[in-house]
Amino acid sequence: MTPMVEALGIHKSFGATRVLRGVDLVVQPGEVSCVIGPSGSGKSTLLRCINHLERIDSGRLRVDGHLVGYRERNGRLFEMRESEVAHQRRDIGMVFQRFNLFPHKTAIENVMEAPVVVRRQDKAAARTRAVELLDRVGLADRRDNYPAQLSGGQQQRVAIARALAMSPRLMLFDEPTSALDPELVGEVLDVMRGLAREGMTMVVVTHEMGFAREVGDALVFMDEGVIVEHGAPREVLANPQHERTRSFLSKVL
Amino acid sequence: MTVRPDRPEPMNAVPVRHPGRWVAVAVLAVLAAMLVHTIVTNDGFGWPVVGDYLFSPPVLNGLKNTLILTVLSMAIGIVGGVLLAVMRLSPNWILSSVAAVYIWVFRGTPLIAQLLFWNFLSALYPRLSLGIPFGPEFVSFDTNQLINQFAACLLGLGLNEAAYMAEIVRGGIASVEHGQTEAAGALGMSRAQTLRRIVLPQAMRVIIPPTGNETISMLKTSSLVVVIGYFELLTSVQRIYSVNFQTIPLLIVAALWYLALTSILSVGQGFIERRYGRGLQTGPPGPSLLGFLRRSPQEVAP
Repeated sequence: MTPMVEALGIHKSFGATRVLRGVDLVVQPGEVSCVIGPSGSGKSTLLRCINHLERIDSGRLRVDGHLVGYRERNGRLFEMRESEVAHQRRDIGMVFQRFNLFPHKTAIENVMEAPVVVRRQDKAAARTRAVELLDRVGLADRRDNYPAQLSGGQQQRVAIARALAMSPRLMLFDEPTSALDPELVGEVLDVMRGLAREGMTMVVVTHEMGFAREVGDALVFMDEGVIVEHGAPREVLANPQHERTRSFLSKVL
Repeated sequence: MTVRPDRPEPMNAVPVRHPGRWVAVAVLAVLAAMLVHTIVTNDGFGWPVVGDYLFSPPVLNGLKNTLILTVLSMAIGIVGGVLLAVMRLSPNWILSSVAAVYIWVFRGTPLIAQLLFWNFLSALYPRLSLGIPFGPEFVSFDTNQLINQFAACLLGLGLNEAAYMAEIVRGGIASVEHGQTEAAGALGMSRAQTLRRIVLPQAMRVIIPPTGNETISMLKTSSLVVVIGYFELLTSVQRIYSVNFQTIPLLIVAALWYLALTSILSVGQGFIERRYGRGLQTGPPGPSLLGFLRRSPQEVAP
């Protein structure tokens, strides 16, 4: 089976700062991988490399068997054109820490935007699907609200619906609950739990250890640009093998 | 508002007094009375003359030219400004530097010089032609026929305005959070789609107020076309008072028209600002023309 995400020896620097220093990661279809680690460990950068929001410096990164951002022909790498990168991103959904909803569009317009503009879907069909998706995240009655009229948790759920509207094969979550008030975290995690149950392949950068333990198929602990520990969530959380994992977990658990 | 029994009793506090404001009002009232008095009693204002000329054909003709020049120059300026701003922000360094040089030249030289340049282009190039560089020509025009006085006015005012608008639009685009571009990109939208559908509509909020400024300023700047012998509102009244020496009344005629146009523009600007402010204020959106067609009244989030 082709892995959904296959990262081999990923390196990435911002100027002199080496953010990723040889990361290997495989995520199988239908798997939920949770990535944890202290801030600055490179976990968000790794996630952003997967849909080419950041360009990797070396290594090979494939999504569903295809190199991200590059094409290989006769043993040589060719950079993709912007339009080709955009085409690749259609199948990879992303949810951001700060939601990044389009503030000038209502909830339903946010969800319809990409299907109509990118996939050239018929407006009526896109609207029907958007209503379904908003219903699924529990916000059918909020469809005509602008993001500023929604709570953080509601905004994040619209953002998830917006990403799902493109029918992605892979969903990336970049600390989706970190900007939320504590009592709103649950509603977003519930939606993500539902997605995982339906078999969506997900890579989730998170600080929610409970979610990782309950929903995750794999737990990845990153520190200083490398993956320190990688295994079944229950085992990693209950019985960490490395000192760095242990000291991190003792602070957050 | 009636006080409902289940509500707590309102604060019956004495509000802060502002005696200074009453003094200010009194002073202003006296000054205003003096102003009205002098306007009415000083014959130098020549109100009957103002009345005679306010709607006279030469003044209205000048007004028409002012409007045409302002509208067309601003149209050139806005379209050109958006193009230049997008070029300036492009990752393509060739486009970016072309825009930078354009802005440098057109902001860096006097508008009067630019107007004169376009008008006297024929002195530099008597004929303009289309053809293969250094090769045969296909069509050729007499420069003076191609660029008449009116065209020179539009080129001068419009191309100059584009340079200023470019910086305004660039500022607007830069004001939109980078996360918006990333979110659009992550959904598979192209750079052009992101710019047109996501970034520019949000940038409009920042772009509109200075554009209103530019338009109001253009109303009056367009009077510079006098240097190449064209005429508009201010030139028209100058021509009249240079003959009948009723300088003050005729300047008042021009001022009244400029004030009227500026007022109309300000109202229009308010409407446009509201249109692009959608979703950016908290609370329910203001009443819209089609609001009553909505199924359910909009509620505010808890």
